[in-house]
Amino acid sequence: AAGEKKPGEKAAGEKKPGKKKTSEKKPAEQKASQKEVGEKKKKIKRHHASRNPVLARGIGRYSRSAMYARKALYKRKYTAPETKIEKKKKEKPRATITKPVGGDKNGGSRVVKIRKMPRYYPTEDVPRKLLSHGKKPFCEHKRRLRASITPGTVLILLTGRHRGKRVVFLKQLATGLLLVTGPLVINRVPLRRAHQKFVIATSTKVDISGVKIPKHLTDAYFKKKRLRKPKHQEGEIFDTEKEKYEITEQRKSDQKAVDSQILAQIKKVPQLRGYLRSTFCLSNGVYPHKLVF
Amino acid sequence: VFKRFVEIGRVAFISFGPHAGKLVAIVDVIDQNRALVDGPCSGVRRQAMPFKCMQLTDFVLKFPHSARQKCVRLAWEKENINEKWAATRWAKKIEAREKKAKMTDFDRYKVMKAKKMRNRIIKHEMKKLQRMASKKGKKPEKSEKPEKSEKPEKAKKSGKVQKAQKTQK
Repeated sequence: AAGEKKPGEKAAGEKKPGKKKTSEKKPAEQKASQKEVGEKKKKIKRHHASRNPVLARGIGRYSRSAMYARKALYKRKYTAPETKIEKKKKEKPRATITKPVGGDKNGGSRVVKIRKMPRYYPTEDVPRKLLSHGKKPFCEHKRRLRASITPGTVLILLTGRHRGKRVVFLKQLATGLLLVTGPLVINRVPLRRAHQKFVIATSTKVDISGVKIPKHLTDAYFKKKRLRKPKHQEGEIFDTEKEKYEITEQRKSDQKAVDSQILAQIKKVPQLRGYLRSTFCLSNGVYPHKLVF
Repeated sequence: VFKRFVEIGRVAFISFGPHAGKLVAIVDVIDQNRALVDGPCSGVRRQAMPFKCMQLTDFVLKFPHSARQKCVRLAWEKENINEKWAATRWAKKIEAREKKAKMTDFDRYKVMKAKKMRNRIIKHEMKKLQRMASKKGKKPEKSEKPEKSEKPEKAKKSGKVQKAQKTQK
């Protein structure tokens, strides 16, 4: 086995022929042999150059079978250790399952296949799709954030029911939307998501480095909930679904928790509170492309 | 009719071109349209420059025609043109315009608040005086008051605006 493993190391082995012979019994020299093995393991990296000289680019002198012989692959056959295979042989996935069945005189259970044969084969095969490259689903898209938007920046919302309001940016969520808050007591904007494209970033920043935003504020938390359970009743479908949005207690408590920290920072900057209360508007002679925000 | 003339030593302000906004002294006249010009203390190399892009200022230096840069520099520094220029209304207007263009959204808000407060004060005083005038009929003493009261408020407002601008810088 030792000979099989390192045929190429015969050169290295030849350097210490004496040690190899006497390494079997003496414990002191066993340590030396271990060292030697260790050295051999390190030296395994000395690979032989290609045994197949190149005639022209992509063409070697020897055929596959000749190379097999030249590389002595007949001597180098590796198999994985078998013990684990033997263990895992018994761990085949379950093919059937027995399920209880109701009813009289039915024999209480049935044996049911877990993976069933397809119930339908289409007459025409679906044509094989061409390979595409780089088409990722939305969850794997790269999220970008404008350099002008950093935590604590005052943003001007441009769309939605809070258009024109100046708002403090907290962080970017996993879908790329911006988590933003009024704070609520200042301009009635709650913890809310805003889209980066529909927002003007001003150069005014609030120091939010010490503010801790709870971790449960994710996209799932803010996502709009819709009830769709018709249950075959066609009378009052349009009424029973959620028409009025109710503010949950959790939202209120989260709002308080975040806002209290931010308000403390806002109070430190003179006139910032009034600034956040005001709304942005254009008037005669004011051109957005000429404004410095 | 004309008070500023093109002469050797006239300091000119360059209005457009690569050296826009800088001050320069006329060293010599080349022909009808161009002058040899030099701005050692304002970063303009000695070169020919058309009169069209120059706007004459009130300052004149004393040096002979075609004097070398060293002489121009000496004369410039002796007259302290840079400080005198910064003190003129012209330069101040330019600076104010630049500051206004650089105002951020927050600055604009602060200026709006300052202006509003100032106007309120002025209006308040005016209304007071008008009421007094209408009640007691015209009296020459009261017409002096509006001028006095407006000046401290102007100082207040400009002070606030400058403060607002300074804090943002």
